[in-house]
Amino acid sequence: MTTATTGGHYRFRHAARMEWIKLRSLRSTWWTLAVTIVAAAGIAVAVGVNTEDAAGDLTNNALAGISVGLLLTGILGVLTATSEFSSGTIRSTLAAIPNRPLVLAAKAAVFGAVALTVGEAAAFVAFFAGGAALPAGMAGPVLGQPGVLRAVVLGGAGYCLIGLLGLGLGAVVRHTPMAVGLLVGGVYVVAQLVAGLTPVLMPYLPIAIVANSLTAVRPGIAVGDVSFLAPWTGLGVLALYAVAVLAAGGWLLAERDA
Amino acid sequence: MIEVRNLSKRYGATVAVDRLSFDVRPGAVTGFLGPNGAGKSTTMRLLLGLDLPDAGQALIGGRRYRELPWPLREVGALLEAKAFHPGRSARAHLAALAAANGIPRSRVEEALGMVGLDGVAGRRAGSLSLGMAQRLGIAAALVGDPGVLVLDEPVNGLDPEGIRWVRTLLRSLAGEGRVVLVSSHLIGEMALTAERLVVIARGRLLAQTSVAELSARSTSLEEAFLELTADGVEYRARPAHDPERRAR
Repeated sequence: MTTATTGGHYRFRHAARMEWIKLRSLRSTWWTLAVTIVAAAGIAVAVGVNTEDAAGDLTNNALAGISVGLLLTGILGVLTATSEFSSGTIRSTLAAIPNRPLVLAAKAAVFGAVALTVGEAAAFVAFFAGGAALPAGMAGPVLGQPGVLRAVVLGGAGYCLIGLLGLGLGAVVRHTPMAVGLLVGGVYVVAQLVAGLTPVLMPYLPIAIVANSLTAVRPGIAVGDVSFLAPWTGLGVLALYAVAVLAAGGWLLAERDA
Repeated sequence: MIEVRNLSKRYGATVAVDRLSFDVRPGAVTGFLGPNGAGKSTTMRLLLGLDLPDAGQALIGGRRYRELPWPLREVGALLEAKAFHPGRSARAHLAALAAANGIPRSRVEEALGMVGLDGVAGRRAGSLSLGMAQRLGIAAALVGDPGVLVLDEPVNGLDPEGIRWVRTLLRSLAGEGRVVLVSSHLIGEMALTAERLVVIARGRLLAQTSVAELSARSTSLEEAFLELTADGVEYRARPAHDPERRAR
């Protein structure tokens, strides 16, 4: 009761500090993020060693692991939201910060920053590992070449945006298996179906954006009749998905009983 | 002080809380009593703003919970055992709550000490026994040193020594002039802990009284409680020798 007279009000920074402590205090966070980096590097080395066409987009090849590894940040994003509901922590969280959209905004900011940092680390490690693993005599790409730095940086951002998409999905459906199912289904399975049935939609799918827009050195790759989005357009579309799902999650969080 | 005014909440077709009004004043432990399913936990969730009422309001010091500038410094709540992530340590759980409301980090160690968890505070909270989990919940309620405490069945899972500890703690917190609302379906425990009582059944107020006054209505507090709630119990076992049953 001694503190009741202190002025002020909880703010975003308080909510963010709470989310940061919650995120960093789970061992699973660090495991997942470490595996994300190792997987990106491992796949880059495997692709690099087996490269035969020196004229191909070697940067894009080195970043091939991102399409697989971003499932990890996506699931970590899902769990960052759903584990609160399954464990009951959400009641403690909302008792501390009753402003629910503020809670989700803080979660998104903190998780997004961590996922971006780790995503960039994974992308750069993969880029250098993939270049180093190329067969003897084949010149690896360098960051100074046109479009290479952009491809690596936007590839790292791909982890973050898929992670935020997972976080938003988790806030919307609250149920871990269902949210993970939606994420995997939405990112991977739907891509397979769309590729077969309505290829015109292909460029707008998250996985296609990451694989063919964000991480492409030469933008506007075309496969048959389908031409993929330019890198920055792809980034905008993917960000739009994440923001839309997060906004829905924030709205539902405020509307529903906890 | 806690003021509940015409509070109503239904879940689908079930009316959980029905035009409920009562006050809880500082300085005495107020027992919140009712049979299972009476609406005690729902009322507490409404009080904390976790569920949204269909009608009426619950005020703490004249304000709705969500209007409080630093909620944990004004209200400490224990709503369920194990409202924490099993993979996070007790210390990290409390540190996150403290950070959310600008509560000094030293309060985390103090709260852990108050509930006797200092020895296991670094362990994964999922490995704590139910009794220790309950103590962690109480520590979370105390970390902001709040003037109002709302505790739902705090003695669940505690051993006799733990039960006595909670009883002594609640009485001393009330003695310091705090508002203490504690729910239970165990009338015997309430007789020892509380001075004031709010009795509800089927979401409605049956009595707002003192332990002494309710006890005086019958041969014992337990008898008086059972008589008071006789119509509000939804599932009551029929005596084995029930003559009506045999007649059919």
